[in-house]
Amino acid sequence: MEPFSTHTGIGVPLRRSNVDTDQIIPAVYLKRVTRTGFEDGLFSAWRQDETFILNTDPYSRGSVLVAGPDFGTGSSREHAVWALMDYGFRVVIASRFADIFRGNSSKQGLVAAQVAQPDVELLWKLLENEPGTEITVDLTEKTVQAKDLTVPFEIDDYTRWRLLEGLDDIGLTLRHADDVAAFEAARPSRLPTTAAPAS
Amino acid sequence: MGRTLAEKVWDQHLVRQGEGNEPDLLYIDLHLVHEVTSPQAFDGLRLAGRRVRRPDLTLATEDHNVPTTDVELPIADPVSRTQVETLRRNCAEFGVPLYPMNHAEQGIVHVVGPQLGLTQPGLTVVCGDSHTSTHGAFGALAFGIGTSEVEHVLATQTLPLKRFKTMAINVNSSDGRLREGVTSKDVVLAMIAQIGTGGGQGYVLEYRGNVIENLSMEARMTICNMSIEAGARAGMIAPDETTFAYLKGRDHAPKGAEWDEAVAAWRELRTDDDAVFDAEIHIDADALTPFVTWGTNPGQGLPLGERVPDPARIVDENERMAAEKALAYMGLEAGTPLREVAVDTVFVGSCTNGRIEDLRAAANVISGRKVADGVRMLVVPGSMRVRFQAEQEGLDKVFTDAGAEWRSAGCSMCLGMNPDQLAPGERSASTSNRNFEGRQGKGGRTHLVSPLVAAATAVRGTLSSPEDLD
Repeated sequence: MEPFSTHTGIGVPLRRSNVDTDQIIPAVYLKRVTRTGFEDGLFSAWRQDETFILNTDPYSRGSVLVAGPDFGTGSSREHAVWALMDYGFRVVIASRFADIFRGNSSKQGLVAAQVAQPDVELLWKLLENEPGTEITVDLTEKTVQAKDLTVPFEIDDYTRWRLLEGLDDIGLTLRHADDVAAFEAARPSRLPTTAAPAS
Repeated sequence: MGRTLAEKVWDQHLVRQGEGNEPDLLYIDLHLVHEVTSPQAFDGLRLAGRRVRRPDLTLATEDHNVPTTDVELPIADPVSRTQVETLRRNCAEFGVPLYPMNHAEQGIVHVVGPQLGLTQPGLTVVCGDSHTSTHGAFGALAFGIGTSEVEHVLATQTLPLKRFKTMAINVNSSDGRLREGVTSKDVVLAMIAQIGTGGGQGYVLEYRGNVIENLSMEARMTICNMSIEAGARAGMIAPDETTFAYLKGRDHAPKGAEWDEAVAAWRELRTDDDAVFDAEIHIDADALTPFVTWGTNPGQGLPLGERVPDPARIVDENERMAAEKALAYMGLEAGTPLREVAVDTVFVGSCTNGRIEDLRAAANVISGRKVADGVRMLVVPGSMRVRFQAEQEGLDKVFTDAGAEWRSAGCSMCLGMNPDQLAPGERSASTSNRNFEGRQGKGGRTHLVSPLVAAATAVRGTLSSPEDLD
């Protein structure tokens, strides 16, 4: 994972709450077995409407999505994060995120920046009044800045540290391989295994 | 101070307590795998030269892509076929047990685990699928994960996790029963309407109260299954005699002395009397009637006797806009009685309501009746076992005599990754779990309902409950 410290890019106002993962990428796009090329599926139903925000310039070149509350609800598909990143998004701003989406983002280096809803409204107005306005997201300072508006965002400290360092979870866990082996050795033998039982 | 059920299971799986900001490291007892969210995880292992640490704690099944007709033929869609074949290759290479299409144990991953007796009280269960919350019905801590986490569990059999908060969902009625025609699906739809699709974020929900205690295991699974639709990490129910009776004798359940040892341990898995939940809500089950959704998220639901709501009367701006967009997408007029909403399709199935009790309930309603003209009804068992059981009981005949289609096992029209989809503008009454835009097919419109409402709706052609028949 690439380390992330700050990012500056065009902000895209998406005035919708409950943007579920079936909207971010419908199930028919989940059949690929590779990790790339999911940008076609991003918001594919909405993108058929030519007035949809990502079909209008300069928003189509955006990399910071500003969405309504409860972004990423629904399925656990990490494809939602891949689709956003493959399209070019590096940050999603919202006042509330679904837990699994937030976790998936943190594994891929997509910053899910939690901003209070009144501040989201200010960002929406700014981005709509002046299309193409750039937003700077500073992960060290935990701030979002656009023109002369600077607002704070929340992200848990551990995720922030991992993103800043670009660290991979499996590598971190393997530093505790001895603890895992010790725990495993003490598990009761009655616990189930998946091998087909002798009939 | 005492601990909640969720906290007890968490503590029993602590490989390592996090220091400072670090998450805890939890051991995972059971990892379920399917074809959609696993290929990139296996690829990651290969790239890093890693193996699956515990293939014997991992089980794969094919469910999302599988067709429910002509299952003896190769999958027609080449992309779906590649994904299923990729799973087979990965399982063979890494030694993971797999129940493929046409195997007697194949089915939806959340139906397969419980029926094999693999899902047991006190376990940690994960799967790259949000409806993993289903397994919490046994008092397991079970939750959905993304593909990066799938790779992490394959490689280490652990997950780094921040502790979840706990919320009690108390469901009580005067006699501990639900009213005639009301099911656990109605309970959970009412709960989501009450707390909203984000109400459970960060929480493990524990369902409690006299109504929950009287529910069967399958009814409990329906409730826990939809915890994720309230945004919760997991849903749980304390194991009791109902749980033990369900498990006893199942293929992977403990046997002999180990059974007694297990039951003794399972009896400890209940929230202590002096434990404190972070949040608590109450549902008056005496007041519950059949519930249906009218909108495009599972929180947009109402009792069947109500009318399509008027967005103009919603105070919160975001909620109002969401309701306006939902009605436009759903093609509904504010003020229309829900009972007058006509459907084209009825779907009975999914990990929410695709078990034998669900099929019996639907068959009981439709027995001796006919599916209304212009309505197609699909009945898709959640697993091959459920299918065989239903056929032994003659339920398939009941459905086909009524004019419904009897299918093979899989996720099917719940998410339309296989050919079972709604056409644009088509409307369904569906026993599944999500009414998102396009979920069941591009442009399709979904009303979430119980199996009883689904069957009655098939007969009348408009959203209905069994009491509307005859």
